[in-house]
Amino acid sequence: MIHWNSFSDFLAMGGYGLYVWGSFGVTALIMVIEPIAVARQRKTTVARLKRQLRAESRSTEA
Amino acid sequence: MNDRFNLYRFSSPATFYPLAGKMIPWFIAAGTLFGLAGLYIGMLVAPTDFQQGEGYRIIFVHVPTSWMSMFIYLVMAFWAAIGLAFNTRLSGMMAQALAPTGALMAFLSLWTGALWGKPMWGTWWVWDARLTSELILLFLYIGYMALVVAIDDARRADKAGGILLLVGVVNIPIIYFSVKWWNTLHQGSSVNLTKSSMAEIMLWGMLLMALAFWMYSIAVALARVRTIILERECHTDWVRAELTGGKA
Amino acid sequence: MKSRHKKLALIGGAIALVGIIAALVLNALNSNIALYISPTDVAQGKAPQEKLFRIGGLVKEGSIQRQADGVTIRFAITDSESDITVDYVGILPDLFMEGKGAVAQGRLLPDGTFKAQEVLAKHDENYMPPEAAKALNDAHVRGVQRQAEEEAAKAAQPKASY
Repeated sequence: MIHWNSFSDFLAMGGYGLYVWGSFGVTALIMVIEPIAVARQRKTTVARLKRQLRAESRSTEA
Repeated sequence: MNDRFNLYRFSSPATFYPLAGKMIPWFIAAGTLFGLAGLYIGMLVAPTDFQQGEGYRIIFVHVPTSWMSMFIYLVMAFWAAIGLAFNTRLSGMMAQALAPTGALMAFLSLWTGALWGKPMWGTWWVWDARLTSELILLFLYIGYMALVVAIDDARRADKAGGILLLVGVVNIPIIYFSVKWWNTLHQGSSVNLTKSSMAEIMLWGMLLMALAFWMYSIAVALARVRTIILERECHTDWVRAELTGGKA
Repeated sequence: MKSRHKKLALIGGAIALVGIIAALVLNALNSNIALYISPTDVAQGKAPQEKLFRIGGLVKEGSIQRQADGVTIRFAITDSESDITVDYVGILPDLFMEGKGAVAQGRLLPDGTFKAQEVLAKHDENYMPPEAAKALNDAHVRGVQRQAEEEAAKAAQPKASY
């Protein structure tokens, strides 16, 4: 079922290892970084909006 | 009348926000499943290619990212058209939420294409119609994002961005048909709705990977649109409640 | 809330991008979008004189030969109507093979040979395991043989009745 005879064969990709893993690696990297960036953006935005809201309610109460 | 009511209801940010939040985990789960299945078939089970040896396996990221880069642009143009025609608030936010993912997909398409072209064709890059039009697509994404952040007023930004998206949509058929219309170094498409010139197991790996990228893009865009909704609707009561409710 | 400078930079960036896009499109239109022309186009005199251009087609079966100087490779590119002889010094891509597609950039010499500076391989859109490709090829060879035998038989028949 599995096409490869050994793990090193799998890594070598028939001599195209650098190209294949260069493609998959950068793709995986982006698919890790992008969700982290989105989550971070959300955190900072929510924190900023909360600060704004508190500042507003203080100024209306005063 | 009932349909209309529903359509309006779901296109309102207040209803869409919690709905998107509920859908995200499902898309992440589906994307992970499709991705694991696609990687298993594509990288472990699928046989060698008769021409390109093991190097052809780049297809399992190259084709899905290329398809997504075009498809996301079409979806953005669709939202732009809806936004310009019906003046709905959510459309502009959807387009904005999709743009970074689309740009990354276009970049990955070019990147994996370069890494594939070097060993097989003998060059990282060539100015043929397919490659050039895909590069233009990346510039369109970047141009759209720059335009939208450059304009302070959100509604005006949506309008200007929407026009850019609709003008740029002519590029999509150019990318898709370039290999038919002109002499290019890039080969013709292996797969379309009616035929495939790939061995079945390879095709399965590629389709599963395409589904995985699709689910991933939806999940990231939904997460992004939720932040955009909070930001742009922060004057409304429901956003205030959401924020003070603590768990927004 | 954005600073004026940041806004100006962004708008400038957007305009620059649109400019680059327009330049790319115009450049593509200017060079007729086609990446290469065929040997038949060259035979009909459509090749630019004294200018770099690309030709594309199939590498003719049995045409690849290393020249006496040891570094020059000579082969023919064909579109099955016309051929062009190409001379090239350099590294050939993995998929450069007889009977497969290739695109060469260079100049046409007065003697009609094409002096290439770069040779790229153009592969087709088929992906299959080697066994499947071999089976297909064997079937094709059998088909060609059978056709040849049938034609030979047809050609032989009138003689036999004669």
